[in-house]
Amino acid sequence: MSTNELSANETSHDHDHDHHDHKPTGITRWLYTTNHKDIGTLYLLFSLLMFFIGGIFAMVIRAELFQPGLQLVEPHFFNQMTTLHGLIMVFGAVMPAFVGLANWMLPIMIGAPDMALPRMNNWSFWILPFSFSILLSTLFMDGGAPAAGWTFYAPLSTTYSGDSTAFFVFAVHLLGISSIMGAINVIVTIFNLRAPGMNWMKLPLFVWTWLITAFLLLAVMPVLAGTVTMVLTDKYFGTSFFDAAGGGDPVMFQHIFWFFGHPEVYIMILPAFGIVSSIVPAFARKPLFGYESMVWATSSIAFLSFIVWMHHMFTTGMPVAAELFFMYSTMLIAVPTGVKVFNWVATMWRGSMTFETPMMFALAFIVLFTIGGFSGLMLAIVPADFQYQDTYFVVAHFHYVLVTGAVFSLVAAVYYWLPKWTGVMYDERLGQLHFWCSLVSVNLLFFPMHFVGLAGMPRRIPDYALQFADFNALISIGGMLFGLSQLIFVYVVIKCIRRKGVKATTQVWEGAEGLEWTIPSPAPYHTFETPPQIK
Amino acid sequence: MKRYFGNRNFILWLLLCCCGLPLNAVAEASSFNMTKGVTTISHDVYDLHMIIFYICCAIAVVVFGLMFWAMVHHRKSRGAVPAQFHGSTKMEILWTAIPVIILIVMAIPATKTLIEMEDSSKSDLTILVTGSQWKWHYKYLDHPVEFYSLLATPRDQIENKAAKGEHYLYEVDRPLVIPTGKKVRFLMTSDDVIHSWWVPDFAIKKDATPGFINEIWTRVDKPGVFRGQCAELCGKDHGFMPIVVEAKESADFDAWIAAQVEAKAQATAAEQAAAPMTKEELMALGQKTYEARCAACHQVNGEGLPGVFPALKGSVMATKDLPAHLDIVIAGKAGTAMQAFGNQLSTSELAAVITYERNAWGNDTGDLVQAKDVAAATKPAQE
Repeated sequence: MSTNELSANETSHDHDHDHHDHKPTGITRWLYTTNHKDIGTLYLLFSLLMFFIGGIFAMVIRAELFQPGLQLVEPHFFNQMTTLHGLIMVFGAVMPAFVGLANWMLPIMIGAPDMALPRMNNWSFWILPFSFSILLSTLFMDGGAPAAGWTFYAPLSTTYSGDSTAFFVFAVHLLGISSIMGAINVIVTIFNLRAPGMNWMKLPLFVWTWLITAFLLLAVMPVLAGTVTMVLTDKYFGTSFFDAAGGGDPVMFQHIFWFFGHPEVYIMILPAFGIVSSIVPAFARKPLFGYESMVWATSSIAFLSFIVWMHHMFTTGMPVAAELFFMYSTMLIAVPTGVKVFNWVATMWRGSMTFETPMMFALAFIVLFTIGGFSGLMLAIVPADFQYQDTYFVVAHFHYVLVTGAVFSLVAAVYYWLPKWTGVMYDERLGQLHFWCSLVSVNLLFFPMHFVGLAGMPRRIPDYALQFADFNALISIGGMLFGLSQLIFVYVVIKCIRRKGVKATTQVWEGAEGLEWTIPSPAPYHTFETPPQIK
Repeated sequence: MKRYFGNRNFILWLLLCCCGLPLNAVAEASSFNMTKGVTTISHDVYDLHMIIFYICCAIAVVVFGLMFWAMVHHRKSRGAVPAQFHGSTKMEILWTAIPVIILIVMAIPATKTLIEMEDSSKSDLTILVTGSQWKWHYKYLDHPVEFYSLLATPRDQIENKAAKGEHYLYEVDRPLVIPTGKKVRFLMTSDDVIHSWWVPDFAIKKDATPGFINEIWTRVDKPGVFRGQCAELCGKDHGFMPIVVEAKESADFDAWIAAQVEAKAQATAAEQAAAPMTKEELMALGQKTYEARCAACHQVNGEGLPGVFPALKGSVMATKDLPAHLDIVIAGKAGTAMQAFGNQLSTSELAAVITYERNAWGNDTGDLVQAKDVAAATKPAQE
């Protein structure tokens, strides 16, 4: 990776472009834009908005669960909140945020002038606001929003659901189209637009992980579209895919859903691995340890993600042979994931570390994501899984990998690249404050969930037995604090967008490597119109 | 809340967790770990859980230990100069091989326990467990005994109008009774959506899927009362679907079965001999039945939830069309959440609840439905 350097004349060439950036102004700039940086910005801002909307739903859940008894919301509305919280956070916050980063950084990292299919790029973003408007509009209809959980198991989501189901299905179709177009764009860009000399084993890991993620998206988003379509026809057109009375099978829904669902969780974590693999070497001032094994580990995880889906369904009743197969294949994922963690630690070993905000979030990612990995390993043990399944232990597990995993990596990435995007350094003191507030509150929020889950509290219940009361109060307080801490983040980002701060240099971070640190800060509207020379 | 665990214990636990000290004694003494349960299987499951937990702790200590050591010693502010090594095949092989070995060691006992758990052959007694929104039905296939088991926690406690009892949300009107020392096989199914029957003390969690039957077994050695609840999101009142299992000595169990058979016969005889009820009696029984069985969906005020559960107040069904009203309550409505109550309630309860629905909330039809009317409406359907 140390070879990604520009020759001197290439750098000055890009400086020239800085002076004649042609861009439209006003709202049409954003509506019609085909510029990867603009579209990346749109994706990132959209996902931030969704993060707060999904967060508000989470706060409703935590407020109701602050004490035993029903205080604030009816159980039916509570179920709508858990459902929308999951859907918004997965499809509205985490996935678009990674696509935003891909848009901003992939072309720059491979020395390309833009994404390969810019008009499609515009479309894949602008579908999203419509999709989520449709989904959120269901809150205002009779019967309310979907309430069958973000996993919408049939027949609860078919025969027993309200008419919001049709809206939900259409919204999922739209965001599926958006994701597929985004994935195609990423693949075509990486295959075709790499600068001369940027061969496969020189690609930054963020590019590698996104390439693999894009293939996962292509493979499973159509499966999700098929699932929701079958839900639609079962509910409205008399088919019986998931209805035993008509020859169907409710458990088949779960097979199809989780065949999408398990690769989906890697879609949300592989790019995070790429981000951490960029940040840790930068702040350890030492090359990434085991680059090739990182690529292989990522590919192995992606492959394994297709043969583990039934570990979400151990209690549905399946042959012992199937239980054993899926237990072993799931345990196997710990191996490549372990390799990644060991490589990051080895990268830090005998480095020269500093601890700016991006590094702090990346370090927290390594520790807390690994804790989520440990609980994942525990969940793979089928006999123990019978006790963990559908309890708060599972909730704790996937929030450790998704919040302190995926979301922390996203926050780290924003701090890392924000100076490049805006041209000013973020406020380091506020960044550190944001980090420490988030770190403490997020553990207050999710760690006790392990205990209440083990003690027997099921997930998705609006009221609970008294022995869970104290920990739930603590979890709710942690949740509120975590939500408030993110306001610091918004403030820091707005400050940078308004160009309030110290001007950033081209290099920004002393130990950072890669083409993005060879272009000026802020990055010019057009970069690499002539490809850089990669040595 | 202090009643359930002292504050000091709570703080101590929190401190220990923060320090990452996996002390066995604390883990067992605390009510915040997985239960050990009361069966051989549940003990095995608990042991598996603790073994894998300790393995994870050990790996965490090593990996995070090295990482924090590097963070302290290999920092720029200490003048650390970065090394430039960036790979080692030997290390990669080592840290691929060691996890594989740990996983194999872990998989062996897990496989053994799993095979044992899934062997429900040679059982002494079989009980069919049927979930429906939001109650459990138990049918003893070896005895003429079957009944529904519903949440017994009063609404007032849930709505914070009364102090919550010791077994808040973990209490039912009629617990499932099983004999000790016998291998009891459970068959699981559902009448509507997917539910999941979970009793942590037996380490049993199995989905009840409509149209399919799952099986699982347990053998409880000592008498006791064990509590659990539905574990799969099954709609609005998913959180209010508890399970209570009472294990009795074999002789006590036989006596209990005999008493159930006797009580059933007496109830049937009493029902047939019962005189028509007055409007007051019908309304009183009807209100009680309505609030226990119907209000979860149609709401106490009869207004339902728009777009989800239809209103009864002022509806055509409950004010005009009596035969249709009788039919839907007795036989349910296919493809909707409306269940058939014909085999869930006695004829007098059915009569009372229909009378109540036709006269409450200003429906004021003046219709009185008696047990014999219900019996008449039921007969043709059964033949």
